[in-house]
Amino acid sequence: MFSMGLLKNDLGGRIIFYLLAAAAILVPVCNLVVPETSVFYLSSYTVTLVGKYLTYALLALALDLVWGYCGILSLGHGAFFALGGYSMGMYLMRQIGERGVYGHPILPDFMVFLNWKELPWYWYGFDQFWFAMLMVVLVPTLLAFVFGWLAFRSRVTGVYLAIITQALTYALMLAFFLNEMGFGGNNGLTDFKDILGFNIQSDATRVVIFVLSCVALAAAYLACRYIVESKLGRVVLAIRDAEDRTRFIGYRVERFKLWIFVFSAALAAIAGALYVPQVGIINPGEFAPLNSIEVVIWVAVGGRGTLYGAIAGAFLVNYSKTLLTGSLPEVWLFVLGSMFVLSTVFLPKGLVGLFSKDGKEDE
Amino acid sequence: MVNGKSQLLLNRAWLSVFLMLIGCLLTIAQAQSGTNTVEAVVSQDAFTELIHQLRDAKLRKKPALVKQLGELQDTRVEAVLQALLDGRLYYTKDDRRAVVFKENSEKGYRITDVVSGTLIGEIGKRQAKKIGVNNTLRRILRSKLAELKLDSDASEERLKAVKALSQKMDARLGHLLRDRLPGEEDDDVRAVMSLAIAILDVRGQDTGLRLDAIEILATDLSSNIRNTLNDLLRTNADGSFAETDKAVLEAATDALKKIDRQVWLYGLVETLFFGLSLGSVLALSAIGLAITFGVMGVINMAHGELMMVGAYTTYVIQQLMPNYQDSFILVAIPAAFLVSALLGICIERGVIRFLYGRPLETLLATFGISLILQQTVRSIFSPLNRSVSTPSWMSGSLEINSVLSLTLNRLYIIAFALIVFGLLLMVLKKTRLGLQVRAVSQNRSMAKAMGIRSERVDALTFGLGSGIAGVAGVALSQLTNVGPNLGQSYIVDSFMVVVFGGVGNLWGTLISGMSLGVANKILEPFAGAVLAKILILVAIILFIQIRPRGLFPQKGRAAED
Repeated sequence: MFSMGLLKNDLGGRIIFYLLAAAAILVPVCNLVVPETSVFYLSSYTVTLVGKYLTYALLALALDLVWGYCGILSLGHGAFFALGGYSMGMYLMRQIGERGVYGHPILPDFMVFLNWKELPWYWYGFDQFWFAMLMVVLVPTLLAFVFGWLAFRSRVTGVYLAIITQALTYALMLAFFLNEMGFGGNNGLTDFKDILGFNIQSDATRVVIFVLSCVALAAAYLACRYIVESKLGRVVLAIRDAEDRTRFIGYRVERFKLWIFVFSAALAAIAGALYVPQVGIINPGEFAPLNSIEVVIWVAVGGRGTLYGAIAGAFLVNYSKTLLTGSLPEVWLFVLGSMFVLSTVFLPKGLVGLFSKDGKEDE
Repeated sequence: MVNGKSQLLLNRAWLSVFLMLIGCLLTIAQAQSGTNTVEAVVSQDAFTELIHQLRDAKLRKKPALVKQLGELQDTRVEAVLQALLDGRLYYTKDDRRAVVFKENSEKGYRITDVVSGTLIGEIGKRQAKKIGVNNTLRRILRSKLAELKLDSDASEERLKAVKALSQKMDARLGHLLRDRLPGEEDDDVRAVMSLAIAILDVRGQDTGLRLDAIEILATDLSSNIRNTLNDLLRTNADGSFAETDKAVLEAATDALKKIDRQVWLYGLVETLFFGLSLGSVLALSAIGLAITFGVMGVINMAHGELMMVGAYTTYVIQQLMPNYQDSFILVAIPAAFLVSALLGICIERGVIRFLYGRPLETLLATFGISLILQQTVRSIFSPLNRSVSTPSWMSGSLEINSVLSLTLNRLYIIAFALIVFGLLLMVLKKTRLGLQVRAVSQNRSMAKAMGIRSERVDALTFGLGSGIAGVAGVALSQLTNVGPNLGQSYIVDSFMVVVFGGVGNLWGTLISGMSLGVANKILEPFAGAVLAKILILVAIILFIQIRPRGLFPQKGRAAED
């Protein structure tokens, strides 16, 4: 099998792959078939929660591809995630139709509330699912392309790049907070009813989106693994370790960086699009620089430059976040902060670095 | 009618009689006949009579009484009218005497008799009733009071009075002012007086006089004057000017143009001032960052939180020194510097020294520290915002003219930022530590070879940068509320300033901070505050493409990674 061939030398990847396959089969069964009284029953809450982690893992994977393999520390990946989410949210908003609070056939509630008479031009077409899905990928990749083309062409690297990506997501956050932008301002987009005609609240729909998230994560993992194993991936690694030398050998460094950056943005956007129907809301808070930096810590805790480490990190950090913010909310920031400090000082290779056999050889 | 002087004498006479009687009254202890005598005697005084009428009159009758009171040549009138305006004029319910209630006391009101000016004592709140006023009456009271204050000894009082009167000039007031103009000694008061007279003259018939008046009016920028000039240019329904005198029309148009130009110019100065004050906050918060970032290659994401710590230090110092509300800030500045600097040194020794040469990792580690600091502060001081009061010498504003006034606290912040910048420059250029810092930043291994203990220099540099963050926090505490999120809101901005100015260049940081502040304030009126900020961010992102190393990049080998 093609996928197993890819994962032949990738134990972590194989484990992740099996886990995802198991989840995609068992979760629907445990949620839909097993009776509620059984110990094996999974509540819809858990399904949605794990589904949310899956999209986070996809986002972490996207970041690991650019940071772990290409050395581009993007503190603005949350922006691509949120843009994908907003595209999905716009489709879901248009699906509400007359069932909104104000019952307007075309305009979403917040526009009626703001006394808008017409749909803004950029909302056209979002009532079509295919168009919305196209936009989910197209809008963030276009942004990533323009931004990356400008940045890599003029050789903005390292810290400077990190800071301007942060500025990018910060600027987008401020912009989306504005009511005049036509994206619901502070409240964002919410109160969704259905997706492709299926009720978004029903267990069956949730399970389908969950399975789709598993599939997307697995496919993205294979794609990333394929890229890093390919000749292109080797060049990208070379760029990470010695950008100037790679340039002197004759490679057009900026093109490789741009390609990998745009691909990563597309993955982040897909993660965002899967995230929104599961949590049921998207608001400008997703653009906050803090969110993007948190993604970096998932990758750092898990272990960067391994792909499966990013996924493990995303699950681990978010699971502990769910646990702690529920029971001891004031402790959470201490824990998160310590994770940042400890993982950078003591675990430069992340948690998976503890288990990898060839950890010593790399150093 | 009796002339002023003898009236005054008469009043004094009555006053003494009254005082004696009050004395008797206290000893006789509320004899019914005594009270009657007092009323009988006092009512013969015109002032007392008017006061009594004021006490009993309906609201619409009161303006006439106030006018009569104003015409009395009596020193007590001003105090009474002021008290009535302030709503402090009461009368006692039992003996219906008009009294000025001075202040709230434990028992109720501490009261003074209007007629005698003596302190009567304390009474319960229910024993006194307020003499009512409404807005019409207040307006009249204000203008009457202004007239009375025209003869005040303090030039400030006179200035205020003339300004108040110039709001609605009439012929009678014109005479009042014209009489006093030659005798007036204070230049400011004279200027305001001639303006007020000019407002009157412009409405007259004599063309020459009107043109002169317009010339005088053109020297002032207040809205009152502009309204007067605009009135001259009023048009009829068919679009023709109501004013028929061509020369006056022309002069008025020119004068308005001149005024508008000046107003525009002062508006520009004000925008510049606001921009510079915002810029100095930005520069202040970025200077410390520029040191740690530029000299050590460390991206300190906890910089904002070190500012927050400085602001909280200010808050604590203020709580510890409740009796020194004007001088606590002088203690707070060094205290905040020390606290933040020590914290910074701890961070450097505890975490950052393990991460040299890995700038992206320092970014993550210090971000973690920033989260811990935020939560610590939230746990100690609660998540609520605290406010630090501003010393009295820092509040208020410097009024240049009627359209331009510079708030003092902003002025102080600009000065403060420049002083901090100057001191830091001195430290870096003139001291031994500064020399070592520069040496390490230029070539670490060579500096080490020359015997510089680079680890010590690193710790001290980081401490210096952090201390300046703390000092910036003191400045911020004077501008906004102090809360756990204080630092977070400035961190992106201060990074922008450093990146825009060029890493490792203090002058670049200052210039970029100031120019970003001014640009922000210039854009704000057109685009709104949020959009202005977005535009600036986008502009910086684009700018970095053209000059990837900022406005003033480091040159030479040290600039290469």
